[in-house]
Amino acid sequence: MATQYVTFTLDGAHYGVDVAKVQEVLRAQRRTPVPLADADVAGLVNLRGQVVMTVDLRTRLGLPPLPAGQEPMMVVAQVAGETVSLLVDEIGDVVEVDVDQFERPPETLVGPMRDLIVGAYKLESGLLLALDVERATA
Amino acid sequence: MEDLDDIVREFLVESYENLDQLDRDLVALEGAPGSRDLLSSVFRTIHTIKGTSGFLAFGRLEKVTHAGENLLVELRDGRRSMDGAMADVLLRLVDTVREILASIDRDGAEGEVAIDGVIDQIRQVQEAGSAAPVAQAAAPADVPAAPAEPAAPVVPAEAAAPVVSAEPAEPSLETARPRTVVKRVRVAAARTAAAVVQSTAEVPAPHTPLGSESVVDDDDAWAPIGMEPVATAQLGADDVAALARAGASALAHDVLPAEPDAPESPRSAPSGTTAAAAPGSGDPAPEEQGMSRGPVETSIRVDIELLEGLMRQVSELVLTRNQISRLAQDTSDVDLLRSSQRLSLIASELQEGVMKTRMQPIDHVWNKMPRVVRDLAAQCRRQVHLELVGGDTELDRSLLEAVKDPLTHLVRNAVDHGIESPEERLAANKSAKGTLTLRAYHAGGQVLVEVTDDGRGIDAGHVAAKAVERGLRTPDEIAKMSTAEVFELLFLPGFSTAQAVTNVSGRGVGMDVVRTKIEAIGGTVDIESEVGRGTTWRLRIPLTLAIMPALTVEHLGELFAVPQVNLLELVALDAQKTATAIEYVGSAPVYRLRGQLLPLVALGEVLGVSSDEVTALRAGDARGGVIAVLQADEQRFGLLVDRVMNTEEIVVKPVAGRIKSLGIYTGATLLGDGRVALILDVQAIARRSVRGEAIEFGRAHGIDDDRAVSDVVQMLVAGIGGGRRVAIPLSAVTRLEHIARDRVELVGGREVIQYRDDILPLVRLDRLLGASSTVESDELLVVVYTRGRRSVAMVVEEVIDIMDDDGARHSGIDDLGLTGSTVLKDRVTELLDVTAAVRAADPHFFDDADLELAGV
Repeated sequence: MATQYVTFTLDGAHYGVDVAKVQEVLRAQRRTPVPLADADVAGLVNLRGQVVMTVDLRTRLGLPPLPAGQEPMMVVAQVAGETVSLLVDEIGDVVEVDVDQFERPPETLVGPMRDLIVGAYKLESGLLLALDVERATA
Repeated sequence: MEDLDDIVREFLVESYENLDQLDRDLVALEGAPGSRDLLSSVFRTIHTIKGTSGFLAFGRLEKVTHAGENLLVELRDGRRSMDGAMADVLLRLVDTVREILASIDRDGAEGEVAIDGVIDQIRQVQEAGSAAPVAQAAAPADVPAAPAEPAAPVVPAEAAAPVVSAEPAEPSLETARPRTVVKRVRVAAARTAAAVVQSTAEVPAPHTPLGSESVVDDDDAWAPIGMEPVATAQLGADDVAALARAGASALAHDVLPAEPDAPESPRSAPSGTTAAAAPGSGDPAPEEQGMSRGPVETSIRVDIELLEGLMRQVSELVLTRNQISRLAQDTSDVDLLRSSQRLSLIASELQEGVMKTRMQPIDHVWNKMPRVVRDLAAQCRRQVHLELVGGDTELDRSLLEAVKDPLTHLVRNAVDHGIESPEERLAANKSAKGTLTLRAYHAGGQVLVEVTDDGRGIDAGHVAAKAVERGLRTPDEIAKMSTAEVFELLFLPGFSTAQAVTNVSGRGVGMDVVRTKIEAIGGTVDIESEVGRGTTWRLRIPLTLAIMPALTVEHLGELFAVPQVNLLELVALDAQKTATAIEYVGSAPVYRLRGQLLPLVALGEVLGVSSDEVTALRAGDARGGVIAVLQADEQRFGLLVDRVMNTEEIVVKPVAGRIKSLGIYTGATLLGDGRVALILDVQAIARRSVRGEAIEFGRAHGIDDDRAVSDVVQMLVAGIGGGRRVAIPLSAVTRLEHIARDRVELVGGREVIQYRDDILPLVRLDRLLGASSTVESDELLVVVYTRGRRSVAMVVEEVIDIMDDDGARHSGIDDLGLTGSTVLKDRVTELLDVTAAVRAADPHFFDDADLELAGV
């Protein structure tokens, strides 16, 4: 059973989100900060008249912030009936992955990532970490 | 069910709508039993549901509707007339159909909804009137052989012939015991009847409720009811035969409700006889026949999602339009300017049009009311006439949904509590039938919905007594209240004045829920009532939820929107004066607004983004800012913001649940330049930042406006322990600070604290003035006095108030460290000799040659 994943990079590693959940991919836009919200809420963006919450995946996954001067990209996804945008470093290809390439994350994986990574697809080009979008944006 | 296919889904949606219509029509039909239009509408609806359910293989549904249809055929063909019992059974049928639909909706199958009961009832109603009176006119009871198979549902093929049409007679007829009977016989019976010259025609009287006991088996029904022939009809054999044929053809055509002569023929039959009973009040009004409810409507069904999508796109278009207008203004290109103006116009019109698609007439909610009122009136034994005025008033659909429950509640309340029983009404010189009016209209950018009854009204005294009894208010409090305030008590949770708890109302839930729901959509509820005359509940509802006027304010470069509905006024603070304009009561910043202390909340502090600002404020070097005076519930407070941008109509956009759950934003909006701005939840801010007492303090101790009189000096009154109070001229007070006890250090024998990189000498007023402070807390409350670059801190026990001190009332009684004493608010208060106090802390404080103690 093959599934298509939209891939992107975060701090050098490859991550993927089920293509069915992804609405579009955009260059990052001006965000309105939300005081008092959790650190990973990177602000609100105006997506063609719709106000969309942006989650900084680096912060969410406990990764260091994007080096200054580098512009993030936005992956706009549909999560639990809401539109959410994810801040990522760079966008990769849409790849087709197969269930037998999948493996659960190792027991040694700890920290915030433990809950947010469903597992890894062992691709020839390297590992593709499948992100649990629901959890990552909740 | 997910595998519910589209056809079923559509069937459900359509049927639900049809049933609502049916409810309405049936109730209306009860009032106008002869209306052909209503009858055919009812018939059509049931028939459609029956047809579709057969097609979709919903057997139970088909069976129930079929039974109903049979009854309706007789109604439509004029063989029966509508009465209370029939309306009851038909309404029950509607309920059963609804249940089955709900079950289909839920599980995709009809489930186990009981249908036999209602089918039986329908039969009984049918049969109660279907025994043919034809055979022996004088003594029908003796003819048990009277045909008409009991419990036989009418099948269209069955050639039943109405012998006497069910024309309701004038009540003036000699109807000794009126009874609604509709005759139906088999053809054979009709033929028998044809031979009978004298036959009994019974004259049904309209509006005669057929008691359930009369809905019994045929043969029994005859005798006990003691049917008396009230009208005698001469029937010729030919007439009856003709009748039989007409009836048969009517039934054969019953799938074509529009067949004009089908309903006509049975009616014409009795007139062919020498019936004493002339068709009277039951005649269908000709004009009613004229206005037909055509199935082809001028509207179409549109998916909500599609509309919302359209709405979003239009908003975006408007924003883009704004950008282009701005760009166009900067150019000298006349053509571009012209095009941009044209675009602007079109976009505005388009936006308006799309907004309109969200609007629905309030009729959609009112539709349900006739049924609600009818059922309830029967249950509570009231006679109620329902009037609906302004049903075409339009509201945003989301608001309409929100208004539905509160409105239903008010209507139920009015019927149960408002309108009296017929006896009571007659005794009070009113007509037995009460009137309940629902009125909707536009006023001042709002929609007003009124629920008015002409019932007994609300007795303010009674309400007040109840409030005292429940311990919600004390008699003293009640005594001070106005009638309007007393009525407000009705909205308290758990308050009900109902004498007895019925299953309709009186359980103490309700009015508070009504108010909460209406306020949740930005509306208000109020009451007007006069004992003996009636009560009016008035709901004020905003036109739309999606657009509201708001004030945009800036804080640290970001914009926030404050709903205009919360805004009372704006006070601009002069940059130079900010330091003095904002004062402190304890640690709480306040502003004197026309003599009253207005608690201040800095937006930065609320949002936790800049504690710097607050510090700056305390330090007295705050930049010029603006105080937005806001009202939230009963609280009034000032929101301190950097800058006010402007007021504009904003389109409220929903935000992610995660952001909404922060409880400080109600949503977000898009500004003209496409930026996102958060909308502040003023109520939440008030709850977060303003404690009730603080407000009360400001109110209760408000300072009169005439304080400016020359001799009057404002004093900060502080307690120094031992019940002693000292007054310190406010002009000598720079700030009030809380300082941790362990921050006090010693320099030689003197106590000092480090304060803003300075050493601040401390003087304990209690020790200086010989009072014995009893309170030993971890925190010291200090009054900071600053002059030039030097400051001293005077330790007090508590800050009590700020009061006016009239110099004329000073007394010379003094002591060390005091300049005298005075009476402030009925308490002797010592006037602090600030110079002495300051010297005690810092002997060199006034050493600068040019010093003079201003203001002391």
